[in-house]
Amino acid sequence: MPEQLFQFLLTGITVGSLYALVGLGFALIYNASDVVNFAQGEFVMLGAMLTIALLGAGLPLPLAALAATGLTVLVGLLLERFAIEPALGAPVVSTIIITIGAAIFLRGAALLLWGKDFHRLPAFSGDAPIQLGSATLLPQSLWVLGGTALLVLGVRFFFERTRPGKALLACSYNRTAAQLVGINVRVMLRLAYGLSAGLGALAGILIAPITFSSYEAGVMLGLKGFSAAIVGGMGNPMGAVVGGLLLGVLESLGAGLISSGYKDAIAFLFVLMVLFFEPTGLFGHKVAERV
Amino acid sequence: MRSGWWRSMSAAALLLWGGLQVASAMEPIRIGAFLTLTGPSASLGDPELKTLRSYIADLNAKGGVIGRTIELHDCDTGGNAQQAIACVKRLIEQDRVDLLIGGSTTGDTMAVIPAVEQARIPLISLAGGIEIIDPVKHWVFKTPHTDRMAVAKIYANLRKRGLTKVALITGDGGFDQSGRAQLHQLAPQYGIAIVADETYGNQDADMTAQLARIKASNAQAIINFGFGQAPAVVTRDAKQLGITLPLYQSHGVVSQSFIEQAGAAAEGVRLPAAALVVAEQLPDANPQKPVLLAYKRRYESQYGPVSTFGGHAYDGLMIAVAAIRRAGDVDKAKLRDEIERTSGLIGVAGVFEMTPEDHVGLNADAFRMVEIHNGSWRLLP
Repeated sequence: MPEQLFQFLLTGITVGSLYALVGLGFALIYNASDVVNFAQGEFVMLGAMLTIALLGAGLPLPLAALAATGLTVLVGLLLERFAIEPALGAPVVSTIIITIGAAIFLRGAALLLWGKDFHRLPAFSGDAPIQLGSATLLPQSLWVLGGTALLVLGVRFFFERTRPGKALLACSYNRTAAQLVGINVRVMLRLAYGLSAGLGALAGILIAPITFSSYEAGVMLGLKGFSAAIVGGMGNPMGAVVGGLLLGVLESLGAGLISSGYKDAIAFLFVLMVLFFEPTGLFGHKVAERV
Repeated sequence: MRSGWWRSMSAAALLLWGGLQVASAMEPIRIGAFLTLTGPSASLGDPELKTLRSYIADLNAKGGVIGRTIELHDCDTGGNAQQAIACVKRLIEQDRVDLLIGGSTTGDTMAVIPAVEQARIPLISLAGGIEIIDPVKHWVFKTPHTDRMAVAKIYANLRKRGLTKVALITGDGGFDQSGRAQLHQLAPQYGIAIVADETYGNQDADMTAQLARIKASNAQAIINFGFGQAPAVVTRDAKQLGITLPLYQSHGVVSQSFIEQAGAAAEGVRLPAAALVVAEQLPDANPQKPVLLAYKRRYESQYGPVSTFGGHAYDGLMIAVAAIRRAGDVDKAKLRDEIERTSGLIGVAGVFEMTPEDHVGLNADAFRMVEIHNGSWRLLP
């Protein structure tokens, strides 16, 4: 049993870091605009599908990944410019609905471009499993774990050490005040969408060899990433990462120790409990309403 | 004078009546197809509609059936039972179709059966579930093998290898659940013991937790009944965990994309498949071979790689056309009786021998056991 437990944990951490990567993108846009971007899963799908398409066109993998990330960032910027910006000043709910519409649009475009089949990106460094004691791990899982760690550190560095990052945080705390001290909120919004699209694309490329990809792949990933973000406390990137890992490990332990049929139920029960006892998430900043 | 008037009147009436007769003879035969053209089961409806279009165009180019052209009315259900019912009502009431083909999925088909029976119109389903024709419904037929036949084929193959303890791993879709029920039902009959029974969500990216449990059990073989990308994940993860037990998949994964997704891990996987995927490997004496090759060539020259789902639509259309030819018109009751009399019709799925008790008319021999070998399907003896 203990050696099995180790396998369940490894599996959970791998799956959890997929969720964490997607959750990170949610947190980023939420920080800048209080909007939950429901097209985040579609950014992930676009990154994966574009890489597969470019790879098929004969580009080497690093170049294809780079170009796909660039293209997805472009899509994110276009989305912001032509769908979100015109609605600036509209209630948050309207903007969220716009992102749902954008998600459906992107899904439809992917369906037309690449059809309904599942596509596979070859693993970056082979399919031979790595033996860790009695448990095994795919080399691609190491890429995902390493990639997640790097991206998390990058996001952290961005928010804590760079001026645009701090400006973005300022927008999230108080948009009017940020504007008053000379931060261009529009530019910040563009930055947030571009960044989270890029983050989503990178996540998609890292996980595509594990999950396979299709035009619909963004839906489920988006849902799980969103859960990760709210468990961690919406708007806290590190919280989203912890939330994702927790979710993944719980799912895997649930499937392994209790019953695979209740795996999702266990994970979502946990999400509900968190929201019940800590409505702002595990690491959400407590909002004090001023009267 | 007076008798002349009468004569001309009756001549005119005769002409009018004759004209009506001609007009109705020219009236097209309307076939209604409700398929899953979008949604998670889109990979079923897509080749089905393409097949119907291609062969109906071909029949019309050759002068139609019983001197009348065929008109295809299609409707997308999106794999949603409510939408399937709306589709069928539209096809029956607005488009006034003479015959229905469809239900790409068992769910869609089961949902429309009450409406179909009430409208008293023949329905040929393209879905796998055995509940469609068991118990027999007066107006309902189907062309694909049932999941029970697939299970029987797998169990027979296991017994041949002397294996009796199996682990099941199935998804949460309708196809998976129906297959799982059949696996449980037929196990005692074949002397098979089910020692593990795991499930997963069809969108899950990782099944190692479930497979680790199976690895720890005393199973001698693993059976995965699933659809979409999940079986590829199971196959890959089994390899990752170093599981060397024989792995059986269902007929739900018979497509080149499964081999591509699962990669090297797919080697040695066995599954029951329609003869279409191994058409070239059949002996020349097999009467099904020319039918299979002709369908394959035609489909691939127009649309790209063939799938068994399109084959089900081909069989449905051919059964319908043969029945219309025998009936000589499209009276619904007569058409239904003729479909039930289908006998010796060589289709893509096998040779159809329908009876009032058997509305699919295929037996387990219609399935071939195949093994994935060097990235392609190999027919097992």
